[in-house]
Amino acid sequence: MITREPFEYPENASRLECLVLAARESMADTGRAVLLGVRAIRMLPDLRRPKARAEFMRQMYICGIESLPVITVVALFTGMILAFQTGIELRRYNQEVYIGSAVMVSMLREMAPFITGLILGACVGSAMAAQLGTMTVNDEIAALEIMSIDPVRFLVTPRMAAMMIMTPILSFYTCMLGTLGGGVIGTTQLNVPWAQYMSNAMEFARAKELFVGLVKALIYGIIITTISCNEGLTATQGAVGVGQATRRAVIISFLLVLIVGYFVTRFFY
Amino acid sequence: MIRFEHIVKRLAGRNVLDDLSFEIRKGEVFVIVGPSGTGKSVTLKHMVQLLRPTSGTVWLGDESVSDADGRDLERLRERFGYLFQGGAMLGWLTVAENVALPLEEKTDLPEDEIAKRVHEALEMVDLEDAADQYPAEISGGMQKRAGLARAIVRRPEIVLYDEPTSGLDPVTARTIDRLIQHLNRDLGVTSVVVTHDMQGALSIGHRVAMLHGGRFVEVATPKAFAASACPEVQQFLEAQYITRGNFFVEGGTK
Repeated sequence: MITREPFEYPENASRLECLVLAARESMADTGRAVLLGVRAIRMLPDLRRPKARAEFMRQMYICGIESLPVITVVALFTGMILAFQTGIELRRYNQEVYIGSAVMVSMLREMAPFITGLILGACVGSAMAAQLGTMTVNDEIAALEIMSIDPVRFLVTPRMAAMMIMTPILSFYTCMLGTLGGGVIGTTQLNVPWAQYMSNAMEFARAKELFVGLVKALIYGIIITTISCNEGLTATQGAVGVGQATRRAVIISFLLVLIVGYFVTRFFY
Repeated sequence: MIRFEHIVKRLAGRNVLDDLSFEIRKGEVFVIVGPSGTGKSVTLKHMVQLLRPTSGTVWLGDESVSDADGRDLERLRERFGYLFQGGAMLGWLTVAENVALPLEEKTDLPEDEIAKRVHEALEMVDLEDAADQYPAEISGGMQKRAGLARAIVRRPEIVLYDEPTSGLDPVTARTIDRLIQHLNRDLGVTSVVVTHDMQGALSIGHRVAMLHGGRFVEVATPKAFAASACPEVQQFLEAQYITRGNFFVEGGTK
């Protein structure tokens, strides 16, 4: 059952008991969030139904197409900044021809999935938490449960599938645009010929770097969806509660993108 | 049909329901009235396990609703329709799509049959013209009527109404009252209505119950209820300008 009653401390509980209960409830919340994500992924085959496919396509549009403008701008400028800062340092040693490799490797491995994760966490994750939170406080989730429609299958699974597909695609797109931005700076500011920049960049674009970046993006997509949907579905107390759920969803997503990103990198290198 | 056995519900440090026991009979319209915050909606939510009792058991026939889980709970809930206070319509679906939702998701009915049932349900609540509009494009009262159409489209045995007439103009409110009566008389739907609207409660209810302090202080037929000597009941009636034993029903006074 998704609809839950608010947690209350027992009356006459001591401070220590309250602390223990709060820690236990916090662990239980984490467990419920993980279970929510696992259930949503297990229900992915349900998207073969025509009705579910329509919602899945709608979510693909929201996650992917609607995020494109901001991702395009951020990716381009990240590549430009990266190329410029690296280029300035490399120029001191007459090695600025290597900015292509620096931009490509850092974008592929780290920057592209990281930027994509942050942008999707801020744009899509917050929207998910706000929408599901509003639905929760307006009894729409309860209405689904009364109709015996599983909110996880109906609401979370299409979002999960859309994010699992769109985050790696957008991460790749970010990488390509970042490299392009770096190339523009290399050619116009650092006097590195375009062909030389590109050949240097492509020389270091190895399959493993691409693979690690895409795996990271996939994991970020799952984390953002799980956290945002869980926060939305556990929202209480009207508009204030929805605001708090949205804020928590963005903060937790950001922190987890950062922390998990480190461990994935550590695992592969 | 629905039986509450010694239900206690503790919320925010107080007993909202305090050893509440009562039974709703099959085919009756049972109306729960009472001031705000006395636990009327909480009582309704216990019937479909949107809330679980702190102690006690809610029964539907001989099955415990309070202890049901998984598929059993789904099966029990499928016997209910529920009209929420605000309608609880899904914002990205049109009115017709909202009403069709329980049929599309939980039945194998062909599309033309679903369309026919949706049309019938919308016709009942006089909303055929708003079928293709989104909830944000219609008024609060229309949203509530759309919510009612969704609650009845699956033809449930029991319909729970949470404030079905609050926020509606008097004419629309009486239309909803008539619809509740129609569903009860012609289709045999058992109805549980939570309301502040005493005029409506006394007109449509077979029995009216007054919730106060977590318990029913009066459960009686409308006539007996209106004549009740219970001070809480009298205060509630007088606040709505209904004098003892004299209230309007369609076709005259009772």
